[in-house]
Amino acid sequence: MRTIKKKNGRQLDAPHVANIYRRMKAASPANAKRRAIYVALAILVGLSGATTLLSGQALARSKASRIERQQASSKDSREGVAHLLNRVTFGIRPGDVEKVQALGVERYLKEQLSPDSIALPSSIQQVAQVPALTENPVNLFLNYGKPALKALSKGGGNTEADKKALGKIVRDTYGKLYQEAAQAHLTRAIDSPRQLQEVMTDFWFNHFNVSSDKGLDHIWVGQYEESAIRPHALGRFRDMLGATAHHAAMLFYLDNWQNTAASFRPVVNNPNNSNNPKAKSRFKGINENYARELMELHTLGVDGGYTQKDVQELARVLTGLGLPPGAGGGFAMRNPQERRRMLGQFQGNQSQIMPFGQRSRQRGIRNFGEVVSASSIPGDAKSGSYFDARRHDPGTKVIMGQTIAGAGEREIEQVLDILARHPSTAHHISYKLAQYFVADTPPESLVKKMAATFTRTDGQIAAVLNTLFESEEFWNPQNRNNKFKSPYRYVVSSLRATDATIVDVVPVLAYLKQAGQPLYKCLTPNGYKNTQEAWLNPDSLINRLNFATALGANRLPGVRTENNKQGDITDSLAIVSEKTVSAIEQAQPQLRQSLVLGSPEFMMY
Amino acid sequence: MNRRDFLKTAGLATASLLMPNVQVWAQAGKTASAAPSNKLVVVFLRGAIDGLSVVVPYSDPNYYKVRNNIAIPPPGNELGALDLDGHFGLHPSLAPIMPLWKNGSLSFILNTGSPDPTRSHFDAQDYMESGCPGRKSTSTGWLNRLLAQLPDNHSPVRALNIGTTTPRILQGPVASATFKAELKRRRSPIDNAVIAASYERMYEGRGDSLERAFLDGIEARTTINEKLNGEQMQANGGAIQASRFGAFGKQLGKLMSEEPKVQVAFVDLGGFDTHVNQGNGKGQLANHLNVLGNGLSDLAGALGDTYSRTVILVMSEFGRTVKENGNNGTDHGHGNFIWALGGAVQGGKLLGHWDGISDRALYEGRDLPVRTDFRSVLSSVAGDHLQLSSNQLQTVFPDFSASGGNAISGILKA
Repeated sequence: MRTIKKKNGRQLDAPHVANIYRRMKAASPANAKRRAIYVALAILVGLSGATTLLSGQALARSKASRIERQQASSKDSREGVAHLLNRVTFGIRPGDVEKVQALGVERYLKEQLSPDSIALPSSIQQVAQVPALTENPVNLFLNYGKPALKALSKGGGNTEADKKALGKIVRDTYGKLYQEAAQAHLTRAIDSPRQLQEVMTDFWFNHFNVSSDKGLDHIWVGQYEESAIRPHALGRFRDMLGATAHHAAMLFYLDNWQNTAASFRPVVNNPNNSNNPKAKSRFKGINENYARELMELHTLGVDGGYTQKDVQELARVLTGLGLPPGAGGGFAMRNPQERRRMLGQFQGNQSQIMPFGQRSRQRGIRNFGEVVSASSIPGDAKSGSYFDARRHDPGTKVIMGQTIAGAGEREIEQVLDILARHPSTAHHISYKLAQYFVADTPPESLVKKMAATFTRTDGQIAAVLNTLFESEEFWNPQNRNNKFKSPYRYVVSSLRATDATIVDVVPVLAYLKQAGQPLYKCLTPNGYKNTQEAWLNPDSLINRLNFATALGANRLPGVRTENNKQGDITDSLAIVSEKTVSAIEQAQPQLRQSLVLGSPEFMMY
Repeated sequence: MNRRDFLKTAGLATASLLMPNVQVWAQAGKTASAAPSNKLVVVFLRGAIDGLSVVVPYSDPNYYKVRNNIAIPPPGNELGALDLDGHFGLHPSLAPIMPLWKNGSLSFILNTGSPDPTRSHFDAQDYMESGCPGRKSTSTGWLNRLLAQLPDNHSPVRALNIGTTTPRILQGPVASATFKAELKRRRSPIDNAVIAASYERMYEGRGDSLERAFLDGIEARTTINEKLNGEQMQANGGAIQASRFGAFGKQLGKLMSEEPKVQVAFVDLGGFDTHVNQGNGKGQLANHLNVLGNGLSDLAGALGDTYSRTVILVMSEFGRTVKENGNNGTDHGHGNFIWALGGAVQGGKLLGHWDGISDRALYEGRDLPVRTDFRSVLSSVAGDHLQLSSNQLQTVFPDFSASGGNAISGILKA
């Protein structure tokens, strides 16, 4: 038996591979399409490393295969387009490769890089027309924050029945907001023709991560993605940095809403409250959390050349940037005992607790979708932020050698400019993009090219990506199908491959949670990783195989695939090994779709 | 039944199973652990358990003064505390673990916790699982970093997690095996031998990390399935039947006693956030403690001889207010108690610093103080019980060094 030792040390059994081709040739005419696919698969196998092996007679006889081989290195080849689609989209759908080949790779990329040029089907537009996404953070708080729900809750007192009633309303409301946001998110990830925008939304959400599991972010997370991330996903980095810095969800998640000048002495308005130590402890000085992550994660990177002193100085600049009184910055975070007492007063005598007089508005709200807005809440309703000059440190700050004179809110824009334009930021963002789109350990040559574009264009993300997609590193065959899918990408690509419809988002969300990547719920501010090291482990792989088996048999809860008219989902594999082909051929027909989804090749992209 | 038997059963075992690389792994697994190793179980009580209801300072009149409705009566009364040392008593629902106190393998470390003042469950759990209070972007859990410092025995079940999702504390490069503690084991598609064999055909022989993950995953699953099949898994003492917690003790104990390569295990239980109607000797918290007490007692029993080499730590993200609130409950506090159980524990005593619960002794006038950093306790166990060097402890708990007033000794038998 002749064996050929491949580069990676794998042993390939040559006669065995020849058998695959014999089987393919023997296939009936009725299976012509399938045969063609297997020919293509076999060719791809050859191109993915076993070239010596496939230069045998069986393959040489196929004219089509010769053409494929000649084009293998070109962008328009089947393999090239499949690679591009794997990275630009959340997974190849059967038929996608041919469509892009017809359109041309360059034109396809140009469209994807300017998403507004691609028309959105009405179904995609409609799914985003839900309060969780369309209402601003202030309105969301006024309608769905605890005070509003308390007002809605029957009784609203302190009895156990009242608590239970409130608890149910809170759970139902948070659940509904989360599901609305998730349904829209997943529908767009699966079906939006603006795939790169969705892919980049995933990238940036994780870059500027917030978690819906943390308090008020329950109600803000969908709106955060919709207003601070998605519109800027292919736009200008500085715009997104500013949008996230001012968004209520980020201010809450990284605690900057509490960040207060050390010298600040609160005025206790509520005479009933003066003896309560908690009344003073809401704003008890500097909180560095956001300042640190702003440098370490959002801009410069951990080795970006800043010191702990710079973090402290940046925190001083950020003092006072928080949530509006009455819309998260008021009493939402007081301890439950105090909150209950205040709410009791709130219903009787609003003046002491609600200085901005929101009671009537909150009381008027009864139903989801009927949103009442409040114009008297101070600050910026669009982002849900409020700059409290009283809590801002007015002194001069020095950040990375640059002096920031005390200028109130303007200081913040000044430092965001400095951070966005810093060379470390260009490198950090480029590295992360290259890691996401090319390889877990991206080539430094590529990162440098991208960073240069970042600097030259003042952070135009589409331009940086264009540099990436034009690079030889991106097209290098070594960087094809070399990324292990995150659980999220695995689910979305599976649902794309099978043309699935989500009929109930809850089980899908439950699966993502079980797989370790619950949507919008990454605890840590660095977001979910996208590397193999983070996700490949025995548990997760076995979970995927269970998922694949269920989905392939159209038995996955919450999902239907029976309307799949896309044909053979084998087309969703960018490459495939003879081992996989053989296993699929040997299996019972009803298991084959599952095996494609559970194949080693489909774990990668 | 191991992976190989499993595939043989399906009549599908082939020469491919004897691929050289597979053999290497199998052999590595066999030679790594000659002597039985010491083990650690961490039980995390989510929601912040009320420590003062677990270890009750019944001799302190302040206790009954500030807790009119939720205090546990002194020993000798109906549903009263079980006396520990003449001053403190155990919650009556924890009677199942009282024998462990008496045989000297249960202790409590008082006034422990995180130096971070947060009273947010979210942040406090995050810090206590990452082991890096105040450093939000720590991506690995301390239990995973600890595993990375233990000798690698190449077993896919060296770390067990009871639940459905890998928790924060176990996140990191070392793989753990997750399983549900169910009274009846549920089968999933991959438990079907024909389906598993089809996937096996695609994954075996690749010689890469995908193959390794596949084989380890199947092996972990078959090991766990086999050990736990057909067992009477209900908890003792009539604990809540439907709850997964009802089964954790026996299942985990059996796995750890029969599968010597298990090094650490993690269990988390929820429902301790008792703001309303906490109860006293009976009620909400008492019911939860009953489940927990039975589970721990089952675990100790099922561990058998392995109990002597095991330390079980029970911890929570923070404590609760010393005074009861207006709803017969308690609110988020600060310091709490860590429980230490196991044959290796120098038990039958209370450790740590106790200052009483007078107003002056309390943190911010309302909570138990943190006198011992939780990492001191963990470092002590990881160092003395799992034989980690001080350098290794630095890797597990960066930015922390248990020294001076921060250190704690006497948790383990000399």
